Amino acid sequence: MTAATLGRRSPPPSWLLGLAGLAGLVGIVELAPRAGLVDERYLPPFSAMAAALAEQAATAEFWRSLLETLRGWATGLAIAMVAGVALGLVIGGVPPLRAALNSTIEFLRPIPSVALIPLAVLLFGTDMRSTLLLVVYASFWQVLVQVLYGVRDVDPVARETARSYRFRPFTQVRTVIWPTALPYVMTGFRLGAAVALILEITGELIIGSPGLGRQIAVAQTSGAVAAMYALVIVVGLIGVTVNVAARATERRALRWHPSIRRDLAG
Amino acid sequence: MTADPTGAPARPRSATTAMLDVRGLQKIYEGRGRSVEAVRDLTFTVAAGELVCIVGPSGAGKTTLLRCIAGLLDTTAGEVVLEGERVTGPPPGMAVVFQEYGRSLFPWMTVRQNVELPLKEKKVPKDRRRRLVQDSLEAVGLADAQDAHPWQLSGGMQQRVAIARAVAYEPHLLLMDEPFAAVDAQTRADLEDLVRSLWQRLGVTVLFVTHDIDESVYLGQRVIVLSNSPTVVLEDVPIDLPAERDQLTTRSLPRFAELRSHVYELIQLAKSGHRPA
Ligand SMILES: Nc1ncnc2c1ncn2[C@@H]1O[C@H](COP(=O)(O)OP(=O)(O)OP(=O)(O)O)[C@@H](O)[C@H]1O
Ligand SMILES: [Mg+2]
Repeated sequence: MTAATLGRRSPPPSWLLGLAGLAGLVGIVELAPRAGLVDERYLPPFSAMAAALAEQAATAEFWRSLLETLRGWATGLAIAMVAGVALGLVIGGVPPLRAALNSTIEFLRPIPSVALIPLAVLLFGTDMRSTLLLVVYASFWQVLVQVLYGVRDVDPVARETARSYRFRPFTQVRTVIWPTALPYVMTGFRLGAAVALILEITGELIIGSPGLGRQIAVAQTSGAVAAMYALVIVVGLIGVTVNVAARATERRALRWHPSIRRDLAG
Repeated sequence: MTADPTGAPARPRSATTAMLDVRGLQKIYEGRGRSVEAVRDLTFTVAAGELVCIVGPSGAGKTTLLRCIAGLLDTTAGEVVLEGERVTGPPPGMAVVFQEYGRSLFPWMTVRQNVELPLKEKKVPKDRRRRLVQDSLEAVGLADAQDAHPWQLSGGMQQRVAIARAVAYEPHLLLMDEPFAAVDAQTRADLEDLVRSLWQRLGVTVLFVTHDIDESVYLGQRVIVLSNSPTVVLEDVPIDLPAERDQLTTRSLPRFAELRSHVYELIQLAKSGHRPA
């Protein structure tokens, strides 16, 4: 009895476990190269990466690139969101249109955005617009598909309630369809944000449009391996921040939603 | 709430003014390669200010009938005339209380917002809107729950919100589709009394669909019994019980028992496929 009670100590909180995992990774990256398990030319110890990061942070070039990346990402994502939500509501709200466009969407959606790189370069050269095209294309489908799911999810009883009280079409969109689709829009935003970041960096790396991706390529060709890793870490941190921010927004906007309600109760 | 919070001229409760006229209504659902004749030929009239119950076996087409009257469903033949106008879409002077109250209220809005939204859409001025919301929520005993979200309330409370929303809308005709089927017996009795008192106070015409025989006899001035599908009217039973009803005394009246068994027999007939000559 006593043994059982003692054994049932509450497990450590998940954030502590996560932190421990991260510390473990940092430890391995620090020790493996020092112990000679991996070649330092390919994987410098973590302390070297940290030093390179501090060095980067002192240059104007770094901050300019960071800004370029964030701007490209945000612009692309914003365009994709606006277009995805607007078209999703229209296509989803008009069943014949939806039926007509379904196969077209299913054909265009799986095309990997990177396959459009030659086209983008033809159109815009190594300009930031090339990368923007990729970012918009990739994240647009994420958003559109989610919004279409969302519109389809509208409860028939809620719809009939709105009709029986003679809501105008615009009111129906604003008060019934939009709130139902909102959780899906949020998911679309989260997925779109992640994909947009991937494509932003890919575009900068391959096309050479300005941004952190290009800096990574430059660091790699000039043999500054620690600096390259430092930039990769920065890109990773951006990704994490974006995801956390998106989830926080989701929580606030969807207080009424069953998934969030349960979270609050639990 | 005063006798008539609408301020509109009181409608006379004479049996001659038809509020609702259902003539030769037929509804056939056309599916892929399969068609279901849910309603064959329904004809009846509801006078202004009446409270009429509709009972019938499960699958008799009660919901179908209500949705046709509400203008939510096109009819195959025949017509529905509400206040002299043929119904082709949801008419202005009507409100519906659905059986699925949980899905009919919008969870992303508070109780007050749920009740107020149809009034906003109807362009009721702000002051009056406030008063209607307040009055209707008070009438259903939920004045304190205004800022709660529907999902924070019990089932019976949610259905009362749906009723408050319908009442605040000041409909001439109130349609209710098995509104109390999903609440417990005690709540159900309270809600039945609530419907009767609102009806008496507001002079609204009520068409109440139920599968509960006792409920139909207790509530209605008339009970229309439907045959099974394809549906026709089996009998239109006048309920000659005193206008003042309460759960204990009314239900123990000998006349209540007679009416109840009469309707019960009719439903049994309907189930066995009996149709009027
Ligand atoms: N959308 C639909 N498509 C095809 N058939 C339908 C549809 N809705 C209802 N029906 C059919 O019409 C008939 C009447 O259905 P309805 O829902 O109106 O019955 P009801 O009297 O309301 O039943 P209950 O008491 O169980 O609610 C049933 O046979 C049903 O199968
Ligand atoms: Mg039904």
